[in-house]
Amino acid sequence: MNGPVKAKVKGVNRRQFIGNMLKTACGVGLMGMGLGIYSRQASSLPAMAIRPPGALPEEEFLGSCIRCGMCVRDCPYDILKLGQLGSDDVVPGTPYFTARTGPCEMCVDIPCVPACPTNALDHGLTDINDARMGLAVVVDQETCIAFLGLRCEVCFNICPIRGDAITLNYQHNTRSGKHAMFIPVVHSEACTGCGLCEKACILEEAAIKVFPTHLAKGELGKHYRLGWKEKQKAGGALVTPDAEHRYNLPEGVRYDLQGKGLIMDGTEEVPVSSNPLDTLNDGNPLDTLNKGLEDR
Amino acid sequence: MKLTRRDFVKSNAIAAAASVAGITLPVAKTALAAEEDAGIRWDKAACRYCGTGCSVLMGVKDGKVVASQGDPDAPVNKGLNCIKGYFLPKILYGKDRLTQPLLRKTNGVYDKNGKFEPVSWEEAFKTMAEKWVAARKAKGPKGVGMFGSGQWTLWEGYAASKLMKAGFRTNSLEPNARHCMASAVAAFIRGFGIDEPMGCYDDLEHADVFVLWGANMAEMHPILWSRLTDTRLTKPGCEVHVLSTYEHRCFELADNGMVFEPQTDLAILNYIANYIIQNKAYNKEFIDKHVNFTQTATDIGYGLRASDPREKAAKNAGSGALTKISFEEYAKSVEPYTLEYTSKLSKVPQEKLLKLAKAYADPNKKVSSYWTMGFNQHTRGVWVNGLCYNVHLLMGKISEPGNSPFSLTGQPSACGTAREVGTFTHRLPADLVVANDAHCKYAEKVWKLPAGTIPRANGKSDDADQTDISGKPMGKTLIHAVAMHRALKDGVMNCFWVQCNNNMQAAANLNVESYPGWRNPDNFVAVTDPYPTVSAMAADLVLPTAMWIEKEGAYGNAERRTQFWRQQVTAPGEAKSDLWQIMEFSKYVNVKDVWPEDLIAKMPEYADKTLFDVLYTNGQVDKFPAEQVTDSRGNNYDNDESAHFGFYVQKGLFEEYRLFNTAEGKPKKGHEMADFGDYHNARGIRWPVIDGKETLWRFREGYDPHVAKGEGVKFYGKPDGRANIISAPYEPAAEPPDNEFDLWLCTGRVLEHWHSGSMTRRVPELYRAVPDAVVFMHKNDAKKRRLRDGSMAKIASRRGEILARVETRGRNRPPEGLVFIPWFDASRLVNKLTLDQTDPISKETDYKKCAVKILKA
Amino acid sequence: MATKPRLGKEAVEAKGWLKANKWLILRRLSQFGILGLFLLGPLAGVWIVKGNLAYSMTLDFLPLSDPHILLQAVLAGVEPHGEAIIGVIIVVVVYMLIGGRVFCSWVCPVNLVTDLSCCVRRMLGIRTSTQLSRSARYWLLGVTLILPLITGAIVWEMFNPVSMAFRGLVFGLGMAWVILLGIFLFDIFVSKEGWCGRLCPVGAFYSLLGWKSLLRVVAEDREKCDDCMECYEVCPEEQVIRPALKGKEQGIGPVILSSNCTNCGRCIDVCAEDVFHFGSRFANQKTNLGSAEIKTKEQTFSDAA
Repeated sequence: MNGPVKAKVKGVNRRQFIGNMLKTACGVGLMGMGLGIYSRQASSLPAMAIRPPGALPEEEFLGSCIRCGMCVRDCPYDILKLGQLGSDDVVPGTPYFTARTGPCEMCVDIPCVPACPTNALDHGLTDINDARMGLAVVVDQETCIAFLGLRCEVCFNICPIRGDAITLNYQHNTRSGKHAMFIPVVHSEACTGCGLCEKACILEEAAIKVFPTHLAKGELGKHYRLGWKEKQKAGGALVTPDAEHRYNLPEGVRYDLQGKGLIMDGTEEVPVSSNPLDTLNDGNPLDTLNKGLEDR
Repeated sequence: MKLTRRDFVKSNAIAAAASVAGITLPVAKTALAAEEDAGIRWDKAACRYCGTGCSVLMGVKDGKVVASQGDPDAPVNKGLNCIKGYFLPKILYGKDRLTQPLLRKTNGVYDKNGKFEPVSWEEAFKTMAEKWVAARKAKGPKGVGMFGSGQWTLWEGYAASKLMKAGFRTNSLEPNARHCMASAVAAFIRGFGIDEPMGCYDDLEHADVFVLWGANMAEMHPILWSRLTDTRLTKPGCEVHVLSTYEHRCFELADNGMVFEPQTDLAILNYIANYIIQNKAYNKEFIDKHVNFTQTATDIGYGLRASDPREKAAKNAGSGALTKISFEEYAKSVEPYTLEYTSKLSKVPQEKLLKLAKAYADPNKKVSSYWTMGFNQHTRGVWVNGLCYNVHLLMGKISEPGNSPFSLTGQPSACGTAREVGTFTHRLPADLVVANDAHCKYAEKVWKLPAGTIPRANGKSDDADQTDISGKPMGKTLIHAVAMHRALKDGVMNCFWVQCNNNMQAAANLNVESYPGWRNPDNFVAVTDPYPTVSAMAADLVLPTAMWIEKEGAYGNAERRTQFWRQQVTAPGEAKSDLWQIMEFSKYVNVKDVWPEDLIAKMPEYADKTLFDVLYTNGQVDKFPAEQVTDSRGNNYDNDESAHFGFYVQKGLFEEYRLFNTAEGKPKKGHEMADFGDYHNARGIRWPVIDGKETLWRFREGYDPHVAKGEGVKFYGKPDGRANIISAPYEPAAEPPDNEFDLWLCTGRVLEHWHSGSMTRRVPELYRAVPDAVVFMHKNDAKKRRLRDGSMAKIASRRGEILARVETRGRNRPPEGLVFIPWFDASRLVNKLTLDQTDPISKETDYKKCAVKILKA
Repeated sequence: MATKPRLGKEAVEAKGWLKANKWLILRRLSQFGILGLFLLGPLAGVWIVKGNLAYSMTLDFLPLSDPHILLQAVLAGVEPHGEAIIGVIIVVVVYMLIGGRVFCSWVCPVNLVTDLSCCVRRMLGIRTSTQLSRSARYWLLGVTLILPLITGAIVWEMFNPVSMAFRGLVFGLGMAWVILLGIFLFDIFVSKEGWCGRLCPVGAFYSLLGWKSLLRVVAEDREKCDDCMECYEVCPEEQVIRPALKGKEQGIGPVILSSNCTNCGRCIDVCAEDVFHFGSRFANQKTNLGSAEIKTKEQTFSDAA
């Protein structure tokens, strides 16, 4: 009705107002901290969930993905899903696929990537073979039937970059004595982590699985170099080449320093290495043959 | 901040990974497994799939196969399996097993256009017998036909052969081996006078050089490939040459991989022979002693319908005539095949061809050649098989450890059943043929039938016409598999019974020949199958069958190894084995219905009998009473057939079959088998078995008891003991690509699926591993057609079209100009595209070469 | 209380049911229509719109981005692509014209939940309400924008019920219904209009966006007001009505200028006297007061309220 009363009313309002503000700010601040901390805990990606091709490293990905689902929509094989609260442990709304049930088919045009409006899927990825969604690992050599000598190779057969990402290592089966084993070996420099191998694995629980690369990969000590690779790279010995060696040897005995060591002439029945890998890698059967024919 | 956060993420993820990897899981499983293992009855069986003949152990509990393992004591596979064998038990338990006979009906009566309704076995066989007897009377010996299988057990094939050849007096019996092994068979007969490889799988450990001719062993004979690979790996100097029209898995191991233009394998082999002769590397002594030289008739057409212009143009269509020539004439015949010419024709670089020729020509190297469908499914399949023998014979590299030309088989008993017990139109058991009157008479004697029962190839016995049931002369009686479908379409054949086969998915030129033939309103087609295949869908009567170890069985693999198994479990519902069906059906047909009076007059006691009486209760087949089947450990096994018929059916049939090798006056030797009981105790025995000893390498003294001391080598299948080197030229394929249909189409298989996939596609894991057939093509060919990996493509030939996704990165890498499509996939029938061309001599279909075009779908 | 006539009854009697529910019906059509467009793809295979409210692409040429989410992403260090930026510009311009909180009442799926809460609350006659400040949402908005700066991740979108609800409906709900249920119960039992009116930072963001929007509800015929109070009753932001409706004496214009007005039009529906209409913010210019003056006065008025 008059000034002071009005002023008083207003004063009370202001105090109330400031108090309310503080209360609200504190409440909201606490809530924010809670959200922040919880989000960090919740943002660890389960090992079976794999991001689409071109996904940035997980941390950056979570900062870039706006959960729009465009990649999901543009996947022609419908393998991508968005994380759902409480049901798959994947950050809600972010895209992923499960290799065992729906692996990436590695489309040549990678339609999911250009669909992304924020570069969470790196638009720089233009060759699907450069994608690194994860890394396939033969996690269980006890149940993988290839290690038991059975002829399976389903993972190798299905691999879109077979021969590079998965190769077969032939090994002698000492148990049967006359069969070879075809051991699948994954190569991280080529594996895209598409998961086709995991899906195809015929075991009840796949023996080959795609994991995030950081889980799947070991790391050599930073100081250590592989001598033979360095030599190959350099095109020769890194230090002064070995001097020529001469030996005190009885008649009919030679010494091959870089090869077999001691050689008893006459006991050598075949002109090939006893290590079949030498023959596989370097042997030139044509030379051997030509020689045979000339002799005759 | 960033670092700690990352660490946090990492530790969480590791925990998650550990839970996924499941450290505790295996322990729990082991405990469970031990409990489950108690009370399992283990027994051996031969694998259901390919001709390798792996042995497996099946674990049965409560009437169900609950466990399986590779047989560790089997010399072939030593406890190993391929991926298909790993899942063997699952093929029995597909969710859509057929359990009742089904007949197309409308308003309760049979109607060709009706819907399938369950019927009793009696109604099924009554309907069928009516149709068969009528067709047999009206249309002559070709009016009815049966199509069997290299997946039949030995006695099923034998019983079928009897039913058709002696019972119905028709030679319209063919096995699917016609599509698979016929070229190899014809070449064996032409070259050696006796069927099946001289070597055995032990060659895999003894050869220095392996040459693969149109065989993707890595996928099709997985266990044999692991043996070959092991030898390559462990034997110094061992080398592997692989020839194919596209790169496949075997090229991974190849020291010398060669992709050649389709059909030019003929030229390459002639080049090798030429190289050997030019370099005088041939084994003169061997040639002089053991080899004859002959020339085969040329320009022989492509086994198409006679109305086809290509057949009309052929000078000697269908001729397999051989003319004797000299070594010099032979040498001259291969002279045009120079390195330059052959390399240009085949598109294989000269150095690769040279390397291959040198491997064969090196006297110090043992060479084993392997082939499968690349050679056999070939319009010049008999020729090309023979050309390979030529090379081996020139060098004398044959019939000894490591030196082996070896035809691998695709089916578990292509050798045992299809070939040995005589289920081809032209054959009788143990290599006898219906073209030979004496052979027929011998068979009639063994079978206790009147002379003249079995229809001769030309319908004449003792130069007199055989009388048919219609009273007319029998006429020519031979009809091969492809011709059967043509006869159905033309209405010449009205009744057809298919067992253990999936013709609608397998027979070439589905749209034009097979399907119209089956659906011809005049025809009645019965299909015996465990599952509703596309063939069953196209049939009029579907008969549910007991498969594999739901019956007592025997298979013969590619190295002449015969393996037996006991019945392990009972078939579901009313499903009955093919053997039961053949024998039970024979009860519905009377001798009078199918035999003419003059034949009956020779044995009047048969006048009022059924075919069952004269064929299967002749005092031989029913000689052994039904007994409780047991093993040495005292386990008991059912035998549903014996229980039903009242005698030990399998043993009776097998022992009667053995008479062909043991009875007096046998026209041919070399097929001797062991006693029935011996096979149940052994992991297979390789015939000929003489005095309880099996034979590893045939035709060579010491290894083969039929070769006398001092003879060294004797090809005793031929009267003069000499093998034939048969000169045959390169002739082009029937349907090469042109401007419109600009690509070669080759079809084949994959490791994960077996044949038409009717069993393996019902194993979820195998289906998941390879769900669909794709079209493998070169990436440049794909690019030209604006296709890329995963695009749906329309593949069209002159006969039909299918859709399939494009694969340029897969296991098979065709060269530009050729595409490869596997045929296991019932949802895209590649046999709509293929041409019904055959080798004119062997009548085997060529599924490897026809022209297609590919468009974006 | 029990004798109180059903809300909007008078309006129905005066104008007929259809007219008395016109804007409500249109609003529901809009909400379900938009959802329907997004669902047409996954359910019927007709791809008119792809994505969700965070970012969508209509007929392969019209991009639309949520400015709040994109701002969070930018603060987390993202450089969005051209289409996303175009999408944001389109969305921002549209909402600047028609009122930011039009999103809340015409698009947002949570609105359906909170409207239902309101309805239930009225039916149960619950009057008690914890007093949460209506400014809390602005604080929360601040938090949503600071978190990406600190963590480099778009933290709020892990929890945001608004985007989660819509995404859930289009892509699969998961456990998001628990959060929606929470909001539903919260609004009934804890705080009237607690989520949309007090906490939701998305609404807060859009209200800021529509600070100067053109499209406004105008109490054109405020003289006719018979003080039935129904407009206050239905308004989710009831404080916005009073200045325009009752401010004539203070010289305040009839335009509802508060950016928290969601332009839902429910007040237009329930007014039996047809006091309210949609109009432009310039409708005030008919009075002779400068806008600055109006604003101060309005603020004072609101505070007092």
